[in-house]
Amino acid sequence: MRKITGIFNHSILIIMVIVCIFPMVWVVSSSLKSQQTVFTDMSLIPSEMQFENYTRTWQQGNFGDYFFNSVYYTVIVVFGVLFISSLAGFGLTRLKIPGKNIIFIILISTMMIPIPGAFIALYVLLANLGLINTRTGYILCMINGGLPFAIFLFKSFFEGISKDLEDAAKIDGCNKFQLYMKIAMPLSKPIIAIVVIHNALMVWNEYILAMLVLTDRKLMPLQRGLMVFQGTHIADYHLLMAGIAITTIPIIIIYFLMQKHIISGVMAGALK
Amino acid sequence: MKNLVIAIILAILVSGCAREEVDYVSVWHWMTDRADAFDELAIQYRDKTGVEVRFELYAPSPSYSERIRAAAQTDNLPDIFGVLGEKRDLASFINAGHVANLSGYMEKPDSTGLSWRDTLFPAALEINKFREVNVYEVKEGIYGAPIDIMNIPMLYNKRLFERAGLDPERPPLTWDEFIEYGQKLKQAGINVFSSGFGETWLIESLAYNYAFNIMGEEKVLDTFRGDVPYSDIGWVHTFTIFEDMKKHNLITEDSVTMINRLAEQQFATERVAFSFNGSWCVNVYRGMNPDLEYSTMLPPKYSDEHNMVIWGGAGSSFLVNARAARKDEAVEFLRWLTADEQQAFLSEETRNLPSNKDSLDLIEEEILIDFSQRMQHITHPNVWPVTEEHDIREAMNRGIQQILIGERTPEELANRLERLKN
Amino acid sequence: MNRTTKDYVKNYLFVVPAVLMFIVFSAYPFYKIIELSLVRWDGISPVMQFIGLDNFTHIFTSNPTWWLSVRNALYVTALALVFQNGLALFLAYIVDKDIKGKNFYRTIFFLPPILSGIAVGIIWNWILQGDYGLLNQLLIRLNLSGLARSWMSNPRTALTSIAVIHMWQGLGWGFLILLAGLQSIPRDIYEAARIDGACEFKVFTKITAPLMIPTFFIVSILTILGTMRIYDIIVATTGGGPGYHTEVPISRIIATMLGSSRFGYASAMGVVFGLMLLVISIIQIKMSKKMERT
Repeated sequence: MRKITGIFNHSILIIMVIVCIFPMVWVVSSSLKSQQTVFTDMSLIPSEMQFENYTRTWQQGNFGDYFFNSVYYTVIVVFGVLFISSLAGFGLTRLKIPGKNIIFIILISTMMIPIPGAFIALYVLLANLGLINTRTGYILCMINGGLPFAIFLFKSFFEGISKDLEDAAKIDGCNKFQLYMKIAMPLSKPIIAIVVIHNALMVWNEYILAMLVLTDRKLMPLQRGLMVFQGTHIADYHLLMAGIAITTIPIIIIYFLMQKHIISGVMAGALK
Repeated sequence: MKNLVIAIILAILVSGCAREEVDYVSVWHWMTDRADAFDELAIQYRDKTGVEVRFELYAPSPSYSERIRAAAQTDNLPDIFGVLGEKRDLASFINAGHVANLSGYMEKPDSTGLSWRDTLFPAALEINKFREVNVYEVKEGIYGAPIDIMNIPMLYNKRLFERAGLDPERPPLTWDEFIEYGQKLKQAGINVFSSGFGETWLIESLAYNYAFNIMGEEKVLDTFRGDVPYSDIGWVHTFTIFEDMKKHNLITEDSVTMINRLAEQQFATERVAFSFNGSWCVNVYRGMNPDLEYSTMLPPKYSDEHNMVIWGGAGSSFLVNARAARKDEAVEFLRWLTADEQQAFLSEETRNLPSNKDSLDLIEEEILIDFSQRMQHITHPNVWPVTEEHDIREAMNRGIQQILIGERTPEELANRLERLKN
Repeated sequence: MNRTTKDYVKNYLFVVPAVLMFIVFSAYPFYKIIELSLVRWDGISPVMQFIGLDNFTHIFTSNPTWWLSVRNALYVTALALVFQNGLALFLAYIVDKDIKGKNFYRTIFFLPPILSGIAVGIIWNWILQGDYGLLNQLLIRLNLSGLARSWMSNPRTALTSIAVIHMWQGLGWGFLILLAGLQSIPRDIYEAARIDGACEFKVFTKITAPLMIPTFFIVSILTILGTMRIYDIIVATTGGGPGYHTEVPISRIIATMLGSSRFGYASAMGVVFGLMLLVISIIQIKMSKKMERT
């Protein structure tokens, strides 16, 4: 019986792996085909690998210029979201704050209201603050966009932490900030991991806000490079696929490397 | 840790405060396919005149539309920009004082005695023109410079015609003939027609072509005015075209929801004999399949009462910001951009039809000549004195999709539109 | 200032950055949308015409397409809640139980969420096309050609196809969060249960599930908020068709705004939609609180 469920479980896992991995393999495979074979040659391993597609795409899309911007935006936004949301999440659960439920609902309400209608208001606001076409304007908007979900996660998590640890720390003479820094944050590694991944992905794949807030191309993020290949009258699918691979692979690598920390983080969480 | 955070926050706040002075002509556009060509022209222009022009691309089109609307609210529009959408949207931008009237510049003759207007394809100018009396209450004038022209005819694959035993030089002229050709193609195992009907403007364009063919321009416009009901037999016939397509299996099932890019891919890879697409497709098809042998045709006539027309006119246009500090420089640049040499360059690079008459005469590529000859059959909603409301057009387009999947009959759609109109 | 007020002030410092961000970057857009929902405006003109609640009345009385789009989104959401999260839980559960290669699975299941909307659209168009689609070719090879169809143009399968694409993309998130939840359950609880001779199913329903309620709650609220706002996939595949079969609220709002240039009306749609999501979320929060207590 055990064996049968084992086989069953493993076959489901394998099917899911194929379903999830296939599109990515396809992107990479298409990115190595030529403009003509990308539609006709449906094999996964192209007969002729055109690795020069990648250099062409890199140059044509000016990815070099945008790469740095995206890394910069991603690091700062992730850091900002993490800091502000964990503080708020901690405050809203572990500290006495009159009206904290209302504050919480208001803070996460941003998550509910769809943004499509808000772009004019946002632009006018940034223009008045002198933040149009600045890195700061873009970063602050992105941080604001990532906050509600992260606050929500941290709050749910901190609610589950047992009070004993906190009391022990208080006896040791920790003040509130130290309590947050030394006890709460190390415990919440699994949540930190999710918040980091979520926000990193969000910033990395973002272009709508960038197109609204930024004017100069020298400030634009990576997705602007991809834009060149995906307009309405564009035929270079192989280059588009190479572009998608170029923008996606770094994040896969980072994600894979982060695994270790997620695991150890999760384990640390399990010790509570 | 804490200090690091504060330092980073301070750093980003400070980095936002430096603002540079602008000393160039700024252009915003959405044309991904032309971005490189524009950049190159900007360099040429700087070398020639010393004036710096900077093109900035914002895509996809909804993002571009949002951007110019938002910028309009704070008077942050660049010196040169374009408006995507309908004439109504252009009119709103003009009425809000964002668009310069170019009539004066257009008519002033230069040293050779020719005016700017004389050099441009007349039908392209019409798209951005407002007559003395117009429903949009815009002051008479020409408000934009067309940088290319286009039309949306039907296309057919010559090689697939041959394979089905059809004459590749003689596309079907009437609807009955189209059905007959379709049967032959099907017998040869070839898909007949596909188009990007998931993007409803292609449906709308084809439907209005047939409405003009069946009822004539005046009656169609009278429907918009509310003087002719949609339940009129002419509209029912118009919608019957699509029912016929479904009934005779002439349209691929995918077409109903297909985005145009995918439809272009199907036609380019010779998986379908007919398509309905605009002249911008030349570059796309060439990229996907340089060996594709195809030609343009008018949609086969359903009725002999009136001529068949297709949509066409200016492809993309640039407008000058009425409040721009460098208004004259901007106009000067647009004039240069639409001059024969630059138009020839753009046409060469992106295979769009040039808006400059002289460059149009100089095109050599056979298929582009073919397209340019279709310009004599064009019409466009932007030149009609009235247009239909957006909601009713949307209901028509969606309704036609419903006809194509067998959820509605032409009569039902006609009646529904009539109800909506009231 | 006495000690407790001073304490409170210190406590408030923790939420000040978040509240500040909200006030500067969210409050004004919120206010603006509500203001716009009460006017008639084309998004460009300097003049707005105040029309009170007319936009709302129209939405509630004579906009069947809007409500159809809400229904479509609810359908996809229901599918995602049941199937996407069910499958994610199942996968997380078997991976949690000492299966080798956790890292591997975690990376692989996370590939779909990493892909951008444009890539997802292109790939799935190629898979689900009627004539040359991969799925149909597979079905034909399996001698199931009777099932082959144009998946996204067929009114019966269009919306479900969209749901499948969406769930495929969302699965990785559910898996990641659920696995994190499962792994934070101390192993010795399982040991104890096993010694007591409880079968696996019983262990899951009696021990795992109750401990996982907060995680289920997070995942389901994320699924609801994410799925109700589905849009990217639709633009890249069906464009809302055939007919109105795959229209969703966000596509309606954007069509109203940029298509027919009715910003006031679109803002009203946004307000109605936002309130709907808010109500759903509050009900959920209440429900989960209740469940945790019992």
